[in-house]
Amino acid sequence: MSMLKVDNLNVYYGAIHALKGVSLEVNEGEVVTLIGANGAGKSTLLKTLSGLLKPKEGTIDYLGKSIAGSAAQSIVKAGISHVPEGRRVFANMTVEENIELGAFLRKDSQGIKQDFEKVYATFPRLLERRKQLSGTLSGGEQQMLAMGRAMMAKPRLLLLDEPSMGLAPLMVKTIFQVIKDINKEGTTILLVEQNANMALSIADRAYVIETGRVIISGTAEELQASEEVKLAYLGGH
Amino acid sequence: MEWLQQLINGISLGSIYALIALGYTMVYGIIKLINFAHGEVFMVGSFIGFISISVWGLGFFPALLLSMTACAIFGVLIERIAYKRLRNATRIAALITAIGVSLLIQNGVIYIRGAQPAAYPDVFANTSYNFFGAQISSQAILILSVSVALMLILQFIVHKTKIGKAMRAVSHDAEAAKLMGINVDNIISATFAIGSALAGAAGVIFGVYYTKIDPLMGVIPGVKAFVAAVLGGIGIIPGAMVGGLVLGVVETVVSALGFSLWRDAAAFIILILILIFRPAGIFGKNTREKV
Ligand SMILES: Nc1ncnc2c1ncn2[C@@H]1O[C@H](COP(=O)(O)OP(=O)(O)OP(=O)(O)O)[C@@H](O)[C@H]1O
Ligand SMILES: [Mg+2]
Repeated sequence: MSMLKVDNLNVYYGAIHALKGVSLEVNEGEVVTLIGANGAGKSTLLKTLSGLLKPKEGTIDYLGKSIAGSAAQSIVKAGISHVPEGRRVFANMTVEENIELGAFLRKDSQGIKQDFEKVYATFPRLLERRKQLSGTLSGGEQQMLAMGRAMMAKPRLLLLDEPSMGLAPLMVKTIFQVIKDINKEGTTILLVEQNANMALSIADRAYVIETGRVIISGTAEELQASEEVKLAYLGGH
Repeated sequence: MEWLQQLINGISLGSIYALIALGYTMVYGIIKLINFAHGEVFMVGSFIGFISISVWGLGFFPALLLSMTACAIFGVLIERIAYKRLRNATRIAALITAIGVSLLIQNGVIYIRGAQPAAYPDVFANTSYNFFGAQISSQAILILSVSVALMLILQFIVHKTKIGKAMRAVSHDAEAAKLMGINVDNIISATFAIGSALAGAAGVIFGVYYTKIDPLMGVIPGVKAFVAAVLGGIGIIPGAMVGGLVLGVVETVVSALGFSLWRDAAAFIILILILIFRPAGIFGKNTREKV
């Protein structure tokens, strides 16, 4: 059974029709990637999944329950965490406070403490900088923080919006390695990326989205082999 | 020791401004609204204190607590009834609504009890202490210690508690805060509650110190506290505290130098100078607006 099932999703910004009947599925344990050009509607889809936007039409079922139009906090509670585009760390707060906020809905102080250690073990740089204001972190460190913060909610499904944006190749590798590790430990991942090569290299399946519609879907291998995808998204080689 | 005396008077006045300014700045920080009805919450708080003391015979501290609690509820009601639905409206629509709420409360109080002033009862024997040659009244000491205690409690709430951290997160990025599972509506209400409770406390303190209260008493201190908040950097909590104290001291100094007619003007001159030379305020960084 699929963990997340989106059917015929239509989302508007006022008169702008940003998602035009998007359907997709994510199965438990998978890494699914969503690629597409600027303005295709990738972030809009993630924001709708996490409750920041309300769909006008269509269904979103998560673990068999409808979450379309639910409040963001109940979606977090249900086990979906969203690392937004641009990281959106709380710049006016310390690294530690940011991580703490990720566990906002949790009450198990013992478990929170353990997960704190887990985040610091995954990202030792955050440990060194735990008292630093997060606005003073580098882009890569902010990405680590945003991911660590999201993991504090103990998500079953992690939505990642362009984690490689603006990062140097080495940092991109580090982040992708962490994504793989998080997935191995049992968290399902829906990954939005411009860096299609990287994304397809770690994904099980992929969807290509163009101007609000899914135009191609298949396994990562299929997409890597597809002439159309190569031409438009993989730099044409 | 005349200057020391004036300094103490200035700090007492300034701490009242600071308590009111905190509400302005917290609400602005979280929803970018200048809540012009905030001065009226201060006024209502002062009347609740008055009734508690003179009608129900409560002492100062029970009256203070009652007024703070009632104002907290009042502030939340104002937010839920008048402002919540305007969350996505233009700023000017929200601002006009705030002015409307302010007029409604002023006239509502006048309708209920008339416009005549009331004399605050004495809750403390007014003894004076000699402090390095300056006369300090027990009331001045009381005002100062209550204000300082409230500001310390506020700092504790904002920096150490879960709700305070959520408030800072929402004020920085409400959407990202939602992704943490924070219920932004509840945090906005909590902000109104805390800011209004401080205004209520300021109202009671003001009554005890200046003894005369009336339904329009919130207007001038409200505007002055707004200036104090802008002076310190609107949206910045320590800024409101410092801005209030600076304004209180400046006003007192201006009067003491013999320009008492210019006292009220001082606040507006400061506002104009700040807006021209340092619009982000003393503590504000002149950074770009959040997008
Ligand atoms: N707040 C908004 N108001 C109006 N239109 C918006 C808003 N946010 C996005 N859009 C529009 O919706 C469409 C999809 O935007 P979205 O941000 O989802 O694209 P994206 O695929 O994430 O692009 P990118 O790769 O550049 O991040 C775009 O045409 C965009 O202009
Ligand atoms: Mg995007």
